[in-house]
Amino acid sequence: MGWNWGIDGWIVLVGILSACSCALLGNYLVLRKLSLMGDAISHAVLPGLAIAFILTGSRSSWPMFVGAVAVGGLTALLTEAITRYGKVEHGAAMGVVFSILFAVGLILIRQAADHVDLDPGCVLYGNIVQIPLDAIATTVPPAVLNLSIVLVLNLLFVGLFYKELKISAFDPDLATTQGINASAMHYALMIMVAITTVANFEAVGSILVIAMLIVPGVTAHLLTDRLGMMILLSLGVAVASAVCGHVLAAFGPGWIGLEASANTAAMMAVVAGALLGAAILFSPQQGILAKVVHRAALSAQIVRQDILGLLYRWRELHDGRGQAMRRDDVLAAVGGGRIARRALRRLARLRNIERINLEGQTHFRLTGSGVAEAVQLVGSHRLWESYLDKHFDLAADHLHAPAERVEHYITPEMREQLRDQLTDPTHDPHGKPIPRHQTPDPPTGPDAGRP
Amino acid sequence: MRCRTLKKRPRNGAAGNDGPGRVLTAPVSWLVVGIALAFCFSSDVFGAGWVLGQQSQTATGVVRPGPAELIRALSLRDYNTRIVVLGTTLLGAAAGVIGTFAYLRKRALLGDALSHATLPGIAIAFMLSSQKHLGLLLLGATIAGVLGVIVVLGMRMVPRIKEDAAIGVVLSVFFGAGMVLFSLIQQMRTGDEAGLQSFIYGQAAAMLGRDAMLIATVAVIVVLGSALFFKEFRLVCFDRSYAGAQGWAVNWIDLLMMCLVVLITVVGLQAVGLILVVALLIIPAAAARFWTDRLTSMVLLAGVFGAASCYVGATLSALMPRLPTGAVIVIAAGVVFAISMLVSPHRGLLASMVRQWSLARRVARQHLLRAMAEFEEQRGAGTVVRFDELLRKRTWRANRLNRLIRRAGGGGLVVAEPDSSFRLTSHGRDEARRILRNHRLWEMYLIKYADIAPSHVDRDADEVEHILPPALVTELEQAIAKAGRIPPSPHPLETVV
Repeated sequence: MGWNWGIDGWIVLVGILSACSCALLGNYLVLRKLSLMGDAISHAVLPGLAIAFILTGSRSSWPMFVGAVAVGGLTALLTEAITRYGKVEHGAAMGVVFSILFAVGLILIRQAADHVDLDPGCVLYGNIVQIPLDAIATTVPPAVLNLSIVLVLNLLFVGLFYKELKISAFDPDLATTQGINASAMHYALMIMVAITTVANFEAVGSILVIAMLIVPGVTAHLLTDRLGMMILLSLGVAVASAVCGHVLAAFGPGWIGLEASANTAAMMAVVAGALLGAAILFSPQQGILAKVVHRAALSAQIVRQDILGLLYRWRELHDGRGQAMRRDDVLAAVGGGRIARRALRRLARLRNIERINLEGQTHFRLTGSGVAEAVQLVGSHRLWESYLDKHFDLAADHLHAPAERVEHYITPEMREQLRDQLTDPTHDPHGKPIPRHQTPDPPTGPDAGRP
Repeated sequence: MRCRTLKKRPRNGAAGNDGPGRVLTAPVSWLVVGIALAFCFSSDVFGAGWVLGQQSQTATGVVRPGPAELIRALSLRDYNTRIVVLGTTLLGAAAGVIGTFAYLRKRALLGDALSHATLPGIAIAFMLSSQKHLGLLLLGATIAGVLGVIVVLGMRMVPRIKEDAAIGVVLSVFFGAGMVLFSLIQQMRTGDEAGLQSFIYGQAAAMLGRDAMLIATVAVIVVLGSALFFKEFRLVCFDRSYAGAQGWAVNWIDLLMMCLVVLITVVGLQAVGLILVVALLIIPAAAARFWTDRLTSMVLLAGVFGAASCYVGATLSALMPRLPTGAVIVIAAGVVFAISMLVSPHRGLLASMVRQWSLARRVARQHLLRAMAEFEEQRGAGTVVRFDELLRKRTWRANRLNRLIRRAGGGGLVVAEPDSSFRLTSHGRDEARRILRNHRLWEMYLIKYADIAPSHVDRDADEVEHILPPALVTELEQAIAKAGRIPPSPHPLETVV
């Protein structure tokens, strides 16, 4: 089974059109915390389809389309009404409305089952694989045309009302004060969602519609902070899931030795989910991996600074002599473990500390540049202690712990401000001198680099 | 640390023995006993596992049911009807109970997500078993459902992803995965996909004795679980961070609650299908919320609502032709919800409309009285005011003013004089002077303390005069004016002719 442009090409095109039309609106649903509205509308349109069918007695598209869109709009209206007048939480109101409407639809279809063959299953799964069969009769399958129209409508809607949609998505109250009718924008969006949902049913089924409304938007939101970029990225995710989804569905089972092909629409949803999973893990700003790396780097930096501070205080204690500290003592003082060992190696490589052998054991002491670094840190620590002592009613033995945490975050500017506020103190509340930053002297002897 | 604190529960419970937690769990336990009793009485019917599905439904459904059949169905004479009705009723009761917690936890739609999320589990169980084995299918569904819950809860780690988006993602992606698996199964093994249909739309009518037994077991587990962890669930529902600060293992409690939801959802799949099972979780709870502010009564009411909707729905669908049970149950629950939303005494629409209407009437009457009092102030007590004078005093329409005066006359506040004029009765004068005093006091207060220009205070005071409590009036009098005297108007009463 190879790639056939006449079949696979049309399927992928339909997938792209439908995914893009959904993803475009989905961004706003995700931003407005209305993600599940797509779910609600796509389930609730069933009675609209059924009523249109019973009234007209035909399966022609237009009445059904109109009926479904009307019920879709009704879902949004009823949900708002129940939320506002019944003071029911929004999600619950949505659940009440769509489940009841779906039940009504099921009953109607069952009642009409004698006369018609209306399969609610078709609404759920869609029929994307059969679309190219329509292309045998005409050159372009009607689904492609319909979905193109919907996509163009959505593009126009988003393009024309870009500013209005943006403001009402982020701050409906601001939108109202600026003369934008936020609730009109809300219902317009809902109607567009209903139109998109219904138009996509036949091709890809409601589940894919829900997936494509939500997943690309959420994925894009993880990757960027700008709305325009978010929309572009979501379209990219949509296209990628359409293409990869179909390739995987058509050929994936063959790769693992199965003589079958999977449901394309469903596979598109799975691929979109996988892309979201990748974004959750690897997004540069929001991703879990980025966070882990950031935290690891921060804790490594803090351990390094703690070692510098430790060695500085050690040096202060043994004024001039024996200022090198045993390696094991250093490690134990900063908590030990791999992070501490790595921090020691890094500091040695940066030439902030140097390794010497005394009595057959490895010792470390600060170099000139190490002293310069440590002076900043210990200076921050002692300045903060003085500040706390002056402005807060803390006992003297309670000053060290907060300063130990804050010292890593005090910038040189803050240090200067603290100095100014405290009128340039020389000693901290414990009587230790507050070191000042000087240009480091070249290390010349055991006492080199002392401030 | 987390696990240890979960075990702290019994000690805390014992310590708070006289607290509300202990008292409130009692009714829930009664519900368990009731359900168990109902189950015992009917247990003689749950012996054999006959297949009584579709044929009897079509048999009862050909003709319109007469009263005899109605009674027959309502009193559960048929074995088949009895199983279906009892099974769904138990399901409804348990779903109502656990649905209340999910509703209060603002997780109403989580049930929707995890009912869809069960699909891949069902599909994998389907692949593993040589023939359709219900137990295995339900096990697969449960595992996948719990996984779905864990994914939703886990996605909270990323602050950008809001809970509704997480629910939607799990719903659609898990369902997509299930569909992929099923589309593969369908091609490899033919004729099996009927099983899928029954999970999506439910097939209560085909319920067997052992299915009802399973539902009963799960219902008892869920209700017992809710009773045992009542206090924990309540804490987590109402103030999660407070519970966390108290040292409760909120995440585990959350997960436990959602696992009970998964259990109900999975057994509900068969009865009402995966799209409608969410209705059983949400609608009874949302309906019960209208009637009470107390969690205990809400849990009980939701259980009763759920049971009643299922009872009515299942009975109706057994009686009538071509009524899918799940859908009728949901419609019945929807009727309960609509009635609750309309007529419940405090939160109902009618009640709030009546409240607004009576408030509007009171405000209008007080406006009329104050207008009369201002005329009296200028022309002396007992003065007669003409209708057109009154009409010019405020922006009110003639017919409304007419109705107002008629009503005030009926209440003995004003009396009609010849030539379409009116004057206050002594009772009306007392009331009118009270309102006028409130109005003036508030005007004075605004001028003195809020630093608002005298020409701007009339409108503000107009709104506040009706709702000033007596204690506040006393305080205002002490601060601003002499007791019992009406302060003069700080601005000209310009409309008086």
